[in-house]
Amino acid sequence: MNKISNRQIICDVLVEKAKSDKDIIVLCSDSRGSASLTNFADTYPDQFVETGIAEQNIVSIGAGLAKCGKKSYVASPASFLSTRSMEQAKVDVAYSNTNVKLIGISGGISYGALGMTHHSAQDIATMSSIPNMRVYIPSDRFQTQALFENLLKDEKPAYIRVGRNAVEDVYEEGNVPFEFDKASVVQEGTDLTIIACGEMVKPAQTAAIVLEEQGIHVRVLDMYCVKPIDRAAVEKAARETKAIITIEEHTYIGGLGAMVSQIVASTTPKKVINLALPDSPVVTGVSKEVFDYYGLNESGLVKVALELMNDVK
Amino acid sequence: MNFSLRASVGDGSRMENLKAVSFELRKDVINMIYKAKTGHIGGDFSVMDILVTLYYKHMNISPETTSDPDRDKFILSKGHSVEAYYSVLAGRGFFPKADLETYSQFKSKYIGHPNNKVNGIEMNSGSLGHGLSVSVGMALAGKMDHKSYRVYTVMGDGELAEGSVWEGAMAAGHYKLDNLTAVVDRNRLQISGTTEEVMSQDNQDDRWSSFGWNVIHAQGNNIDDLDKAFQIAKDTKGKPTVIIADTTKGYGVSFIENSAPWHHKIPNAQEYEKALAELEQRRLAANE
Repeated sequence: MNKISNRQIICDVLVEKAKSDKDIIVLCSDSRGSASLTNFADTYPDQFVETGIAEQNIVSIGAGLAKCGKKSYVASPASFLSTRSMEQAKVDVAYSNTNVKLIGISGGISYGALGMTHHSAQDIATMSSIPNMRVYIPSDRFQTQALFENLLKDEKPAYIRVGRNAVEDVYEEGNVPFEFDKASVVQEGTDLTIIACGEMVKPAQTAAIVLEEQGIHVRVLDMYCVKPIDRAAVEKAARETKAIITIEEHTYIGGLGAMVSQIVASTTPKKVINLALPDSPVVTGVSKEVFDYYGLNESGLVKVALELMNDVK
Repeated sequence: MNFSLRASVGDGSRMENLKAVSFELRKDVINMIYKAKTGHIGGDFSVMDILVTLYYKHMNISPETTSDPDRDKFILSKGHSVEAYYSVLAGRGFFPKADLETYSQFKSKYIGHPNNKVNGIEMNSGSLGHGLSVSVGMALAGKMDHKSYRVYTVMGDGELAEGSVWEGAMAAGHYKLDNLTAVVDRNRLQISGTTEEVMSQDNQDDRWSSFGWNVIHAQGNNIDDLDKAFQIAKDTKGKPTVIIADTTKGYGVSFIENSAPWHHKIPNAQEYEKALAELEQRRLAANE
C-alpha cells in the first residue's frame, strides 16, 4: 500500500520547481501542516505567505500577487476554499483571470468524522459553475505529479482537490498515461463504462477487474479533468459501450455524474447511473466507512454494473 | 516618481487647475449617467478628488506604462464609482474620451463596475470588500521583488462593514506594508441612510491603528489636502497608511450633495441641465 499522499507530492513538485522559479509563491491559511507544505515554507521562506485563518483573504492576496507576476498556489481546506472563498475565487481569480491555483486539501469526506462543516461535497458544483475556473481531481500520486507539472506551465486559474490520506496507486511509476485535459483510460472495455475521479478511480479499477472475471468488459475513464471535462471521451464511451456508471466523492447535484449525464443525454442517449453522495449531511466516520455506507466502493460498483447489464441486454 | 503632469495642468497653479479638472470630469460623469440612465452619482462625486489627486499627481502610471512592472497599482474597491474612474482614465488619455459615450450600452466594455478589459484597470471589482486584500497581495509582491512601486486602493465607508476588509487590514499591518495606501471615501451615506444609522463607522482611528496602520485624516474634496496626505503616506515607513478622506457625497452639485437617494438616482432633464450649469460655474471659479 502506497504511503505517499497526493498533497505530499504537490509539495515535492513545488519544492523542486521553486529551485529555479522564484515566482512560485505558496500561500497557506494556518494550513501548512495539513497541506504537507511545511517543507516548502522552511525551504523557501521568502516564497511563502502565511495569511492566518482567513480563507477569503488568502484567495484575494493570491490574486494580487499573481497580478504582479507571481504564480500563486493557495492551499487551504477544500471545505472552506470552495464555499467561504467562492466569491473571491469568482471575482479576483476567475473573472480577473489571475494565475492562481487553488488547492483544496483534505477534500471530499477526508475529514469524515468532523461533520458537514469540514466536508467538501459541493466543491465540484461551486467551482465548476464559475466561468474561467478549471477543476481537477487527480486520482493517485503519479497523476497528481503529472497534473502539477502541467499546471505550472500555464497562467490560468484552476481549482485542484486532493484528499488527506495516501491512496493506492492507480498507475505505475514510469507508466502514467497523461494527456492534459483528456481523460486517462485506465482500462479499455466494450460493455460498460465507469467514469470516475479522485479517490473513486481505484475502486473503479478493481471493480472492472472483478467484472472482467465475469465476462463483462468494462472501460474505466479517470476524469481527473472535471472541467474542462473530456467531452469526446464521454461521447465515445456512450457510442461504444452499452451504459455508463459515474462515481464520485461529491453530492450528485452538479458533480461529475451530472456533467456526464448532460453530455450523454444531448448526444448519444444511453443509460447513466450516478453513484455519489446524497443531498443531505453525509454520515460521519472514517472515509472507508462512509464510502461503504453509500456504496461508493468496488462492491457497490459491481452490484450496479450487474444490474445495468441486465437492463441493457 | 517620474510621472509628469499633463501639459494643460500648469505647475504654477497646479492645485487650482486640478480642482477645475475635477469639476470638468464631474460633467463627464453626469453626461454618462444621464445618457445611460444608470450609475452611482453620489459616490462618483465624493470620490472624484481622490482619483484626480492620484491619477493626475501622485501615481506613477500613464497610458504608456500600463504593462510596466514598476508602475504604481490602483484598485477601485468601491467599484460602483466606476463612472468617476472612467472619466479620470479618459481624462488622462488611457482611452479616447468618446468611449465614454458607450458606457453601459449593450456589449460595451465600459460596464457598471471596473473590469480589466478597459485599458488602465488592473482588476475587476464591484463586489465590496475585495480591493484591500488584493492590494495586500500586490504590495507583498513589491516587497518580494524589491520594487519601489506603490499600491493604492479606495474603499467606501459603507464597504467597511464587509468582514473581509479587516482580514486584509490585519495582513497589511502584520506584514508592515508601507508601500500600501488605503483611502476611505468617508461620505457618511449609503443607500439606506447614514452610515451611523446603518452600521456605525465612527471610530476609524482606533480600528485601523489597532491593526497596525498609520491613520491620516484629510478633507476628501480638497485636492491640496489630499496631496499632503498622500505625501505623508509615501514618507511613512514600517506600516501601511489609511487616509480617512472626509468627503461630501454628491460634492459639486448643491441638490445632489448629502442626499442618500442620490446614491444612484438618475437626474431628469431639468436636474441634468442644472447640474451641468453648476459644475461649469464651479469649474470657471476654480480657474479664476
